[in-house]
Amino acid sequence: MSEDEELPDLGGGSTRSSNSTAVSGGGGDHNYVSPSPDQVLENVLENVLCFLTSRRDRNAASLVCKSWYRAEALTRSELFIGNCYSVSPRRVTNRFRLVKAIAIKGKPRFSDFSLLPPDWGAHFGPWLSAMSRSYRALEKLYLKRMSVTDDDLSFAAQSFPILKELVMVCCEGFGTGGLAIVASGCREIRVLELMDSDVGDDEADWISCFPDNVTCLESFVFDCVEAPINFEALERLVARSPSLKKLRLNCYISIGQLYRLMIRAPQLTHLGTGSFSPLEIVAQGEQELNYFSAFAACKSLICLSGFREIIPDYLSAIYPVCGNLTSLNLSYANINAEQLKPVICLCHKLQTFWVLDSVSDEGLQAVSAACKDLRELRVFPVQALEDAEGPVSEVGLLAISEGCRKLQSILYFCQRMTNAAVVAMSKNCLDLVVFRLCIMGRHRPDHITGEPMDEGFGAIVKNCKKLTRLAVSGLLTDRAFSYIGQYGKLLRTLSVAFAGNTDLGLKYLLEGCPKLQKLEIRDSPFGDSALFAGLHHYYNMRFLWMSSCKVTRQGCEEIARQLPGLVVEVITRDREENETSEYVDTLYMYRSLDGPRADAPRLMVRPSLMICGKHCTSTECRFSIARSLDFTLSVWVPCISR
Amino acid sequence: MDKIPDKLSSSSEKNEVLNLEETELRLGLPGSEVSDKKAGNGFPLFGKDLKDETNNGFSQNPLKNIFSGAKRGFSDAIDGSYKWGLCINGGSEVDLGKNDVLFSPRGGGNGGVKNTNILQSCQPTTPQPVEGKKNENGSTTPASKAQVVGWPPIRSFRKNTLATNLSRNNDVTGKSGLDCLYVKVSMDGAPYLRKVDLKTYCSYAELSSALEKMFSCFTIGQYASHGLRGKEELSECHLMDLLDRTEYVLTYEDKDGDWMLVGDVPWEMFTDSCKRLRIMKGSDASGLAPRVIEKCKNQN
Repeated sequence: MSEDEELPDLGGGSTRSSNSTAVSGGGGDHNYVSPSPDQVLENVLENVLCFLTSRRDRNAASLVCKSWYRAEALTRSELFIGNCYSVSPRRVTNRFRLVKAIAIKGKPRFSDFSLLPPDWGAHFGPWLSAMSRSYRALEKLYLKRMSVTDDDLSFAAQSFPILKELVMVCCEGFGTGGLAIVASGCREIRVLELMDSDVGDDEADWISCFPDNVTCLESFVFDCVEAPINFEALERLVARSPSLKKLRLNCYISIGQLYRLMIRAPQLTHLGTGSFSPLEIVAQGEQELNYFSAFAACKSLICLSGFREIIPDYLSAIYPVCGNLTSLNLSYANINAEQLKPVICLCHKLQTFWVLDSVSDEGLQAVSAACKDLRELRVFPVQALEDAEGPVSEVGLLAISEGCRKLQSILYFCQRMTNAAVVAMSKNCLDLVVFRLCIMGRHRPDHITGEPMDEGFGAIVKNCKKLTRLAVSGLLTDRAFSYIGQYGKLLRTLSVAFAGNTDLGLKYLLEGCPKLQKLEIRDSPFGDSALFAGLHHYYNMRFLWMSSCKVTRQGCEEIARQLPGLVVEVITRDREENETSEYVDTLYMYRSLDGPRADAPRLMVRPSLMICGKHCTSTECRFSIARSLDFTLSVWVPCISR
Repeated sequence: MDKIPDKLSSSSEKNEVLNLEETELRLGLPGSEVSDKKAGNGFPLFGKDLKDETNNGFSQNPLKNIFSGAKRGFSDAIDGSYKWGLCINGGSEVDLGKNDVLFSPRGGGNGGVKNTNILQSCQPTTPQPVEGKKNENGSTTPASKAQVVGWPPIRSFRKNTLATNLSRNNDVTGKSGLDCLYVKVSMDGAPYLRKVDLKTYCSYAELSSALEKMFSCFTIGQYASHGLRGKEELSECHLMDLLDRTEYVLTYEDKDGDWMLVGDVPWEMFTDSCKRLRIMKGSDASGLAPRVIEKCKNQN
């Protein structure tokens, strides 16, 4: 149920575009004939590779020598493609022949916040074409931030007859029509999960398309599908799915319907409760269903979510399961502290808790008192505005830090914060791996001292020695970045917005954080000279994103010239005649083995160093874009043959 | 589901006659009077915020303004998200929705109080002028507190869902002042309920025609045997009439929790007090408050 969680390790490996992937034979092997690949395969496979599931281990094994490389390539069954443009599908299918599970990530994360044009890319089609030829035995498909069409889904259902798992997170481009094809075509499907995806309502009765016989469904997640569904068909589906353990309903399922499903599936471990409110007014005198007993019957329930349109009175129905819950997602439930308390005080085993700030600091204090085992907390804003009231503050953060010492991951939206609270958390929660604090007012300082938030974030990177992911906010000077560069030695992902004073800020990061993989920056005054400070490191990164900073076209061209293995995408909004800007709007660059992509919106290829073009409506694009809005997508790469 | 246009576009002309300038759809930079179609930088670049759709920009075709008649503020256009309401549930309507008219919210100085409220109170589902971003070198944002695209960093899905939920709790979030008003519409016998944004309509006539289209699939099916010729006939009469004929009543729950018959109070009063709608069989009405029955009787 995580947003942006690190991909659960499928055990495969990333196809890192490092020059060392194709390694020549070992230096010391001149004196005898290399054993045949079969022999190597036998030995290596037996002795080494069978123990290697982690993709990083496999990557390392593949670098030993050519024979190992080949043996590893023939035996790797799980692939992770962190950036769909870092490598071409063909190159992947040429190298790895026996793939059973693949995960592909497309757009950069900032596309979630409307910072990328809609038809920017990340099309699943090309991957599907290649895989349909080479990976017919594919069992698991995981897509994140990819653009997937109904035709793609149809083709996938045909191409992968034994597909068991299909998970799509933050994807778009398809609708319930496509889902209908998946339901009817993927006969072996065990896991069908759609999360935070934009699913068009084609008014297809896709639930009815599952085969009539007993299904092997284990996980069925469709809480993001914003379309009514055929409830009777769903009820029958649940009834004939004895292995079903995870079921997450969309908001069109009323609490009465939830009840009917629950009594049919008491074996559920993960439940998304849909709207959690009644469909119709309960007429006077009519007995309300005993939701409490329905929950009581689900003795295996450990994860609850949904509550999309909750009527708080019904919340007490979940009491019977609270004591067993390890995960509770109330982040769509607009409830206050008083309504939360009776629930949360029962949840002593809770490890993951997502909630809205409507519970206020007081609610968080209750969490802190009750959930001593908490590992992950996310507090979302009811009103995502810069100048809203903000019911949570440093008080809540402090309380959590004092009560939940095992905290590993936190995402906290607030309107005001203090350095003191952040410092306290850095000292109390030493296991923190992920620290994401979003003070919603831009450039907002410590609201008590008036100082920048430098010291708070500095303390986090200094004291939390396991930290790998950080998101900063509030008023921050270059000093904050110097701290991060100094102490953030394990940092892999960093998000920066409206922060810093000069190029020094970015320089500190690029020079100080050797493990930095994903750096996304917006609206910060970092320019070309800071950009050049990272030349030594960009090949080690998955991507760099800089939008509304002070990077110039020339700077981007220079980077592209110096680093031929990078693809440098620049997006510049077309402006009026009288309006110029020396800075590019968005820079997105990433390493790639296969050069610039061919599917950037409306590229016109010029036979020179630059490839650039004007954007306009793509015919493949499902959504039309007004013609009067233009931007230019430029992709720079030096003209080096591959 | 049928496409919307006919009734709604005629209503839109009516509104122009009524001179609702304050809520008139305008295109152009904040502070400008221009209804120019050309995009300036006042326009949101990326429409992803709108209901995570990729509706980037705006349509020039007023007929495609699915938000019938009422020329509303930008935030309304956005918050009238495609997930909800009759307008947007069909596949074809989804396309329609993609061409939805968008325009930048006007700056603080321009427009009436209503617009200012929209700006200040709406969720960041409203893509804001990118100007807000452009001025990022420490200069202040415009006085109208234009929000910045993609900030705070909340996924569109979550924003839209919460916006919908907020509008339900009118009491709790009095200050949210969202200019959208989603209410659930349930119809006895229909397998699922719908939602409509009451702010998209200006009159009972519009509401009823919208509901009629939304639920026509049920009524047609039910009453084909009564000799109705189907869509042609339905498009001629309001749901109210249909309901009268078929003994359905359109009722709503008001702020006090009472169930009332739709149509008795002035439209504005109705939208202020309506919490949910229910199309119920006349025979069931006897179980409700006497007022309803009385009103039913009066109508029939």
